[in-house]
Amino acid sequence: MECQECHQRPATVHLTQVVNGQKTEIHVCEQCAKENGYMNYGEEKFSLNDLLSGLFHSEGPSPFKGQSPQTYPKKETLKCPNCGLTYNEFARIGKFGCAVCYETFDDRLNPILRRVHSGNTRHDGKIPKREGGNLHLKKEIEEYKINLRQLIEQEEFEEAAKCRDKIRSLENELHQDEGGEE
Amino acid sequence: MSLKQFINEAISPWMKQEGPDSDIVMSSRIRLARNFAEHPFPIIAKEDTLSKVLAYFEENFQQTSFRDYKDFELVRMRDLQPVEKRVLVEKHLISPHLAEHSENSATLISQNEQVSIMVNEEDHVRIQLYFPGFQLDKALEQASQLDDWLEEKVDYAFDENRGYLTACPTNVGTGMRASVMMHLPALSMTQQINRMIPAINQLGLVVRGIYGEGSEALGSIFQISNQITLGKSEEDIVEDLHSVVKQLIDQERKARETLMHRSSIRLEDRIFRSYGVLTNSRIIESKEAAKCLSDLRLGIDLGLIDHIPRTILNELVILTQPGFLQQYAETSLSPDERDVRRASLIRERLQLEHKE
Repeated sequence: MECQECHQRPATVHLTQVVNGQKTEIHVCEQCAKENGYMNYGEEKFSLNDLLSGLFHSEGPSPFKGQSPQTYPKKETLKCPNCGLTYNEFARIGKFGCAVCYETFDDRLNPILRRVHSGNTRHDGKIPKREGGNLHLKKEIEEYKINLRQLIEQEEFEEAAKCRDKIRSLENELHQDEGGEE
Repeated sequence: MSLKQFINEAISPWMKQEGPDSDIVMSSRIRLARNFAEHPFPIIAKEDTLSKVLAYFEENFQQTSFRDYKDFELVRMRDLQPVEKRVLVEKHLISPHLAEHSENSATLISQNEQVSIMVNEEDHVRIQLYFPGFQLDKALEQASQLDDWLEEKVDYAFDENRGYLTACPTNVGTGMRASVMMHLPALSMTQQINRMIPAINQLGLVVRGIYGEGSEALGSIFQISNQITLGKSEEDIVEDLHSVVKQLIDQERKARETLMHRSSIRLEDRIFRSYGVLTNSRIIESKEAAKCLSDLRLGIDLGLIDHIPRTILNELVILTQPGFLQQYAETSLSPDERDVRRASLIRERLQLEHKE
């Protein structure tokens, strides 16, 4: 039997996968099995990366489900313009290549991040002093707004008024900041 | 070199100090992962990019000081012998990853060895700060200040939504890993720890045995750290870890009390047997050494043994690792030879206490 991937070498790896009662058989050579991730080789330890890339792949169609040999493997063309890392490579190594990769793969990141970080997708921590720019100001405004809502609920209107004025003055500051940059 | 001298140089100054809850928490650590915005991450960057990053650090931070952290010294991995790198790994000053990727990687170590800033590890910058005992809040505060100090000269990769951008998605956001190293002999002996680990995991924290293969915890030493880095503030992450560690400390103290109360003669027997092994054996494997050292340390904490300092566990667990043994022997050693050297080093070290 020849390998269904390369159609050159004999198939030495035979896989049977049953998904929802549907049986799929895959017959490939060792090399194609390795390339397509059907096999874990002894010398490559199962690492966190493997686990992670497993997560990434599960985003797309499963490599087995409803695949006919002709359409597999699916081609990925998404590529980071800055460092040249493709989404496929990212999924394989489980690592980003540069800061721009985060923008490049943005559409696909939320499900991955949600899995890794217990449902979270947005940063809620420290903002760097220089790089953060006016984010500090924005964050401060957000915090005052939350505070304002609480004060209104507690019917502490005097305090709420002070809080509202503070938000206004911070927002003015923010607008001046943004105006100044242009 | 005399053993005393060797130990003095081998053990980081901060390790010789005690901190809050030092009877159970050996050390607290904060690690921050940061990257340059303009360069590709080390995993795919070309060597000339990495050498630029390294040169930038050398130019801007070599021999600088920040508050208590004086005279940062840049140690280039390619200048070190394999055994020297191994020693730095065993001291936890560098990661095994850094030691393996040596061409353009380095670490910037403060004189007191509390701070190690790894350059071109998985991320361009990894700031590590240690404190003795249970001092997570202080470690976070100072690590953050160190981070601000670096940011004066480094343009960090940061995104409003995703936070600090890191090579691995498991670090993005705060880029922070907070961890404590704990000695939990009573919880291990009574097997209570095995029941507690799944509950701790559910809180987004990771428990792992340190100095051991797989899940086994050599010397009953465990590391507890946060898993999640995105969506929570640094302070909240540290607070969550803090509260779990606090509970573990209470449970460990209770378990020790119960053991002392219910089976004190058995416990005493175990401790003194281990002490006997350490002072008399001629061949000892690292696994047995760690177990006996853990028992000895428990004996010290319980007041059963009073002429040996507590820091003996931290000290000897590190000194009896393969790298240190070979450095002390000034030659490479086979595993069998190491077991002999280990036994003699421990005997010698414990004899130092008798003389004083």
